[in-house]
Amino acid sequence: MTPILEVENLTMHFGMITAAESENVTVYEGEFVGIVGPNGAGKTTFLNLVTGYLRPQAGRVRFRGRDLIGLHPNQVTALGIGRSFQIPQLFAGLSVLENVLVALAMADGRGGDFWRRLHEPARVEEAQRILARFGLNGHASRPAAELPEGGRKLLDIALAFALKPSLLLMDEPTSGVSAAEKFAVMDTLVAVLRESRVTTIFVEHDMEVVRRYADRVLVLSNGQIIADGSPAVILEDPEIRRAVAGWG
Amino acid sequence: MNRKTWGAALVILLLFAGLGAVLPSWVVFLLTLGLAKGLAVLSVVLLMRAGLVSFGQALFYAAGAYAAGFALRRAGIHEAFILLAIGALTAMGLAALIGLIITRYREIFFGMLSLAFSMAFYGVLVKAYDITGGTDGIGIPPPTVLTMPVAAGQLRLVTYYLALGCVAVMLYLIRRYAHSPLGYAARAVRENEVRVAYLGGSVQRAIYLTYVLAAGLCGLGGVLVAFTVGHIDPQLSYWTTSGEFVFVALLGGTSSVAAPLGSAVLYELIKSYAFKYAPYTWQMVLGLIMLVIIFFLPGGLWTLVERAQRPRQGQEVRG
Repeated sequence: MTPILEVENLTMHFGMITAAESENVTVYEGEFVGIVGPNGAGKTTFLNLVTGYLRPQAGRVRFRGRDLIGLHPNQVTALGIGRSFQIPQLFAGLSVLENVLVALAMADGRGGDFWRRLHEPARVEEAQRILARFGLNGHASRPAAELPEGGRKLLDIALAFALKPSLLLMDEPTSGVSAAEKFAVMDTLVAVLRESRVTTIFVEHDMEVVRRYADRVLVLSNGQIIADGSPAVILEDPEIRRAVAGWG
Repeated sequence: MNRKTWGAALVILLLFAGLGAVLPSWVVFLLTLGLAKGLAVLSVVLLMRAGLVSFGQALFYAAGAYAAGFALRRAGIHEAFILLAIGALTAMGLAALIGLIITRYREIFFGMLSLAFSMAFYGVLVKAYDITGGTDGIGIPPPTVLTMPVAAGQLRLVTYYLALGCVAVMLYLIRRYAHSPLGYAARAVRENEVRVAYLGGSVQRAIYLTYVLAAGLCGLGGVLVAFTVGHIDPQLSYWTTSGEFVFVALLGGTSSVAAPLGSAVLYELIKSYAFKYAPYTWQMVLGLIMLVIIFFLPGGLWTLVERAQRPRQGQEVRG
């Protein structure tokens, strides 16, 4: 198996709070990795450190052998790492289609082009294809702000997906989504991402979602990776369940 | 741009061209001033669409006017089109330098820095008396148009058509910009900077390019004002001039690239009449008008155009 992301001794403290303490993990091409842990365990911080939103106090992060430390989020993204957020980060005033068109233009390095139209036929066609894959084609002309929460989550991930990433980091893809929508959202996502062979790391608080969709699970507690393995084994381990309060 | 929009734009252009031939000279003068200021207001609107409010666009307005003035007076360049290019490029060059600093800031910090740069430039214009003429300013002789000298009696009309031509070309270019990836990137920056960065886009680059482009519009407006008035002075760079641009931008609204031009022309006419009938309280009249707009048309006067279009679009759908 080929490593795609290598994290070594990643450390980050916010004053007295430990957000990451000597984290070591290697993620391999094609894996679908879930990250779980209680609130404040450092799950989102891990994503922020990998994508350059935060600079770690120590440690290294390598993507396909390239050091990511010191790069800004736009530079990390340009290397092929997409990200979605716990609270969807959309262009609320633009239509759903325009959101994806902007993502595609930026992915092609055409974000600074002021002569050609954003709505070039080939780009619109591609955007509509992406929306169809995420089940959003019926909402193309609606303002993004008007989408239901499940739709907003899907659009947020569709924007990251439009960049054709090799590695996708998703922060709580089902948070805020109703119980009825949750598995439908995940089914759609997993089908698209597996079909496109996108290596995925997702932070999730819902154990059932992790059990059902992850190939591998990392358990974080107080900024440390306390377990790493198959969900079927890890999530049944009473030690792990005890270590992370509230699961028992 | 569909055929209908092109048609409407052409009709409006021809209407304005016709008005120039029939309206009294003083109205033509006001219209020309309105169009020239409209370009500067359009630049404010461009920045507003990117989420930035500039209180210092007058800097580029004055830079354009002074660059053209120096080229005319000192370098002996008389051709109007070359002077327009000099004014616009000087403003853009200045913005390219200032933009390196100012585009790192947002919100009130951007607004205050823009004001500070503008006032610093005002200070230079006032103090460098030997070069700029200080507060007295500089007289601007009439330019030539396509190497042909303009007779004194024809100057207002020629300048009007020059301004109209510039506005038409700039409206076309800005409309293209608004529908381009860069135009959308600027709107995206206003909506969500974090997402722009996580799409691999450079927030600062989008703002920087928009800032430089907006300065070019201001510079062009400044040259046209210099031609129209025949005189330039540091007041062009004063904060009240920048404030006036913001005022007119809010008056018209930011939803269309045509709104700033319409509102700038209207503003010149209102100001002129307010000054004529209420010479001591004309600012109060303008203030009251602004209050009415804020309370009843918070999206600016262009809301009226949008409201008028909406039922028609509905009928088209139904029909």
